[in-house]
Amino acid sequence: MTTTRAIANGNMPDKEYGEPVIELTAARKVYRSGTIEFEALRGVDLEIRQGEYVAIMGPSGSGKSTLMNILGCLDTLTTGHYRLAGHDVDDLDEAELAEIRNKEIGFVFQQFNLLPSLEAWRNVELPLMYARVPGHERRARAERALERVGLGSRFVNKPGELSGGQQQRVAVARALVGEPTMILADEPTGNLDSVSTEDVLGLFDELHDLGRTIVLITHELEVAQRARRIVRVKDGLIQGDTAEGALLATVAGGAA
Amino acid sequence: MNWSETLRTSWAAVRSHGLRSLLTVLGILIGIAAVILTVGLGLGTQKDVSASISSLGSNLLIVSPGSSTDSSGVRGGFGTSATLTAADATALASSVNAPDIEGVAAEKSTSLALEANDTNWTTTVTGTTASWLDVRSRDLIAGEFITDEDQASQAAVTVLGSETATELFGTTNVVGQSVTIDGHTFEVVGVLASAGSDSSSNLDDVAIVPLSTAANQLVGGTTANSVSTIYLKAASDGQLAAAYQEAEAVLLNLHSISSADSADFTISSQNALVDTATSIYQTLTVLLTGVAALSLLVGGIGVMNIMLVSVTERTREIGLRKALGAPPWAIRRQFLVEAAILGLTGGVLGAVLGMGAALALPGVVGSSIVISPEAVGLSIGVAIAIGLIFGVYPATRAARLAPIDALRSE
Repeated sequence: MTTTRAIANGNMPDKEYGEPVIELTAARKVYRSGTIEFEALRGVDLEIRQGEYVAIMGPSGSGKSTLMNILGCLDTLTTGHYRLAGHDVDDLDEAELAEIRNKEIGFVFQQFNLLPSLEAWRNVELPLMYARVPGHERRARAERALERVGLGSRFVNKPGELSGGQQQRVAVARALVGEPTMILADEPTGNLDSVSTEDVLGLFDELHDLGRTIVLITHELEVAQRARRIVRVKDGLIQGDTAEGALLATVAGGAA
Repeated sequence: MNWSETLRTSWAAVRSHGLRSLLTVLGILIGIAAVILTVGLGLGTQKDVSASISSLGSNLLIVSPGSSTDSSGVRGGFGTSATLTAADATALASSVNAPDIEGVAAEKSTSLALEANDTNWTTTVTGTTASWLDVRSRDLIAGEFITDEDQASQAAVTVLGSETATELFGTTNVVGQSVTIDGHTFEVVGVLASAGSDSSSNLDDVAIVPLSTAANQLVGGTTANSVSTIYLKAASDGQLAAAYQEAEAVLLNLHSISSADSADFTISSQNALVDTATSIYQTLTVLLTGVAALSLLVGGIGVMNIMLVSVTERTREIGLRKALGAPPWAIRRQFLVEAAILGLTGGVLGAVLGMGAALALPGVVGSSIVISPEAVGLSIGVAIAIGLIFGVYPATRAARLAPIDALRSE
């Protein structure tokens, strides 16, 4: 049973991980709408190391989407500090953040977010275009990334000609192609049936085995349990982290 | 993202909404076509005018009656009275009073019905003297012109314009034929070579008769001695100004008018006509250019409108591109290029339409239209600039979208 395996893996204490990729210190995020203030993150500390496979879990409104935006450099903190792969991202401007996103993060979204007018490989090469990689090299790398996710034969298909699972694989290939420091997946299985879900999660397992850092945001326990570490967010705070010896039973029990 | 990729992406975006893009550029298209036509029409008309004027001779002065002041002191308009007479023409021909004037031809014109072999044709019948042919720089293709003897004897002879001859007889080979003008029978003694049209009349549709004959047989009455126009030919281009002053002095003296300001005649040169024509076409050009500019402005607003729609429609795409690492300037450039492509498309289509119309219209409006490569190039450049200018705001809006909001938009 998958759940059992995930729990066993999540508790494995002896797996060695590398340098910190994500260092979040006293992270607060306040949204203002007129006179109303909403504190989405209320002081979060989080460290994720090179090679980890982490699931960030929580119900809607828990602050996990805000956390995902911060981790993805799509938004900046109100107070606190965030270091990503050694870069301080707190004071970067929009163009510098774009460069960090391009180099350090491979996004996978719930809605796939493929451009419907472009062939699969054209979608995959997009991050390389913004990294100014020359055209012939982009094509070769896009081809390799598509082969890596098992879609070598779907090179020239447009997203509309692919199934949901295949589209998400193209998105994973796009996240991989720039060799980013981490893959940030936001509800990657939210729009997939159970077969495709298994498909994509299997792919993440393989990537983890190859040493990739993966951060997966989800509200589904079954999906989170495929990760090696589960960080549980509620009301803008981290409520449980299996890496800090929090009992998995608590996490599992809380979700049940 | 380099330029060729930006171009490819933007072109794909324009093409993906083909009809919408076409409708968007319609304003620019019409504006550019109007600019090309306006410039072409202005240049063409100027060319026509100077061609017809140089065919008449640049050393020609034209004396017209008019500008008389009546007893109550009201000054009449140009041509309102018959103040010029055959005697004026005789005085101007004097080499003593007017040494710089080489030739003088008075004209007395009226519109009359001509008849030959049961064919009727109404044309301008012009009474003049033997010097007319030289002063007006005209040639004959058959026969001879009216002579001083014809003038003296009030001979019933006529020289027909080539078109008049063709209308009456179906041929220009008509010397020796008879034609009835206003009930009097005239003998055709010559036929004029074709000279085209000037700005006001068809130079080939005319019947020339001796001035004396016209005055006494065809017009008669109190105006018998008056003439409608006197043409003067200066001895050379350089003597035109001197000829003008001599003519003015002679006529003022003859008409007993002390001040040139109250002269009852007007002397104009071909150059003055060119200037007049030029200023009229300049006014016309300014007017049409205004219309074209308005059309381009509306077209530019259309581009801005559709670019704003495009930014709104593609908010998710913008968010995605930003998430994947597109800096704001790359997004801005993509939308600017897209707007410039819209402008270019409108410009090229407008240029094609304008040039097509320039080729097709001369047959309809009877004026030549000159396609100026500079105008075509410049107007396409203007079209691109309009796209760019009106694309700045939408592109900046796209570049400023927050990535999270853009990604979340539906």
